[in-house]
Amino acid sequence: MIIANRKPFEEIIGMLKPYSRILLLGCNECVTVCAVGGAKEVAVLASEIKLFRAKEGSPVEIKEVTLERNCDPEYVETLKPFMDDCDVVMSMACGCGIQFVGEHYRNRVVLPAVNTTFDGVTEEHGVWAERCQGCGNCVLDRTLGICPVTRCAKSIFNGPCGGSQGGVCEVNKDTPCAWQLIVDRYKEMDMLERYLEIQPVKDWSTSRDGGPRKRIREDLKI
Amino acid sequence: MSTASNLEKVLKGGNFAVTSECGPPRGADAEVVKKKGSLLAGYVDAVNVTDNQTSVVRMSSFSASLILKTMGLDPVMQMVCRDRNRIAIQSDVLGASALGINNILCLSGDHQKFGDHPTAKNVFDIDSMQLIQCIRQMVDDGKFLSGEEIKGKPALFVGCAENPFADPFEIRAMRLAKKVKAGAQFVQTQCIFNVEKFGKWMEMVRDLGVHEKVYILAGITPMKSVGMAKYMKNSVPGMDVPDDLIKRMQDTPKEKQAEEGIRICLETIEKVRAIKGVSGIHIMAIEWEQRVPEIVKSAGLYPRPQP
Repeated sequence: MIIANRKPFEEIIGMLKPYSRILLLGCNECVTVCAVGGAKEVAVLASEIKLFRAKEGSPVEIKEVTLERNCDPEYVETLKPFMDDCDVVMSMACGCGIQFVGEHYRNRVVLPAVNTTFDGVTEEHGVWAERCQGCGNCVLDRTLGICPVTRCAKSIFNGPCGGSQGGVCEVNKDTPCAWQLIVDRYKEMDMLERYLEIQPVKDWSTSRDGGPRKRIREDLKI
Repeated sequence: MSTASNLEKVLKGGNFAVTSECGPPRGADAEVVKKKGSLLAGYVDAVNVTDNQTSVVRMSSFSASLILKTMGLDPVMQMVCRDRNRIAIQSDVLGASALGINNILCLSGDHQKFGDHPTAKNVFDIDSMQLIQCIRQMVDDGKFLSGEEIKGKPALFVGCAENPFADPFEIRAMRLAKKVKAGAQFVQTQCIFNVEKFGKWMEMVRDLGVHEKVYILAGITPMKSVGMAKYMKNSVPGMDVPDDLIKRMQDTPKEKQAEEGIRICLETIEKVRAIKGVSGIHIMAIEWEQRVPEIVKSAGLYPRPQP
C-alpha cells in the first residue's frame, strides 16, 4: 500500500490562505489504512482548519468528501457536483490521487495535505515500513524475498557495505541492514553459497530512470 | 607487469608494500596537496587519494591524484559509486589512465547522510563489486559495460577495500573472495585495532585460498589521543577499537598520548606483518601525515624499493 504523512498544519494553513470555500478530499484506500487521509482524518483536519480560520477572523466553508478511490476515473467523476461550490480542492489522498483529480477538474487547484512517502506494509499496529520501489525488474528471487534496492540505503546488490554493524544500517539505527537480513535468510534456507554469486549491474531503464512508466493491456481497453 | 604502477611493481617483486593516504583539501589550494605529498614522498610506494570521504565536499580525487603524480608519487585514485553513474565512472577511468594514473580503488562510498550535504540525491547506479568488474572489463577486454569496444583501452592496477570488522563477520572473507572473483588485484582493509579479530578474518581468507590471488594490505591508523580512540569506537560505523586499547590510551598522560598512539601503531604493524597472507600495510594517518615517515622507519620498512 501507499504510505503518506500529513503535512505540518502551518504548511496546510499557508496553502489555504487565499481560499474560503474548500473541498477537503479523502480516500478510502491506502491512506485510510495508514490512518492519514480517510474520512476520519478528513473530519479532524476540517475541524482544525475551521477553528484556526475562525480565530483568525477569516472563516471558511469546508465540504468533506471521501472517495472510494482517487486513482480511478469512475470515482473521481463523482466529484463534479461539488466543484462549483468550492474555490479550491485540498486532498488527503496520495500523490497519484491528488494529480488525477487535478487532471479531471482543470479549473480548480488541487492542494496536497499529505506527503506521499513510500510503498510499504503495516509491520505492526501504527508502524509502516517501506518494501518496494517499483524498479520494474524484480530481483527478490535472488535475495530470497528481501529487496536490496529498497531496503539498503545505498541500494547495493553485493552487500553488505562496511557500515553494517550489529545487524543495523549505519544510516539509521532503527533500520535493519538489508544485507544482514539477506545473509540470515540464505543461512535459514541453507543456501549461504548463493552469497558468492556476483549480482550483475542492474538495468535501471525499467525504473524511474527510464522516464514515467505506463502499462497498457490492449485486451482490456474499451 | 600490466601497468606502470609502482605499487604493482613492489608487490609483484615480492616486497612488503607500504601505502598511505592523502585527503584532499576543502578548497582549491594545490599547495595543501603538495605539502602532504612531500611529507610522504620516498616513504611509501603509493598514496591513496580519497574521494569526498565521509561525503564531505573536497577537491576531487582525480585532480589531487594528478597533483601528486606530477611530484613523482604513485597515486591510488579512490572512486566511489555514490556520486557517479556508470557513464561518469567509465569516463573518469579513461581520463585517469590517459593522464598517467596507474592505480584505482573501488568503493561504494559513505552515505551522504554523514557529510556536509545530507539533502543530496545519491547515485549508486552500480556498487563497488560491479565497479571492480567494470574497470577490469575496460582494462582487460577493452570493452565498456555496454559491451562496446574501447578505442585505446586504459591500464590500471585495480584495488578494493574490505572491512573485516563489519557484520555479518562470517561472510566478510567470502565478500573479499567475491571482490577477487570480480577482479580486485589488491585490497586495503579498514583500520585494524583488534588484531585478534583481524587474525581470525585472515584465517578465513586463507581457508578460501584468497590470499594467493590478491595482495592484502592491512589498514593501520595511529591514534593521536584517547579522544580519537573513543570517537573511532563510538562514532565511526564498522570500526572495532577494543576496550584495552582505549584504557591504555586513557592511562597515558595527555601529553604522551600521541607517542603511545604511535607505539600501538608500530606494535600493530609488527603483529600484522607476522600474519601469513599479509602483503603490506596501508597507513591512514588522518591529518597526521607528518608522522608517516617515522612510522615507516621505526617499523623497519625504510628505505622503500626504488621505483
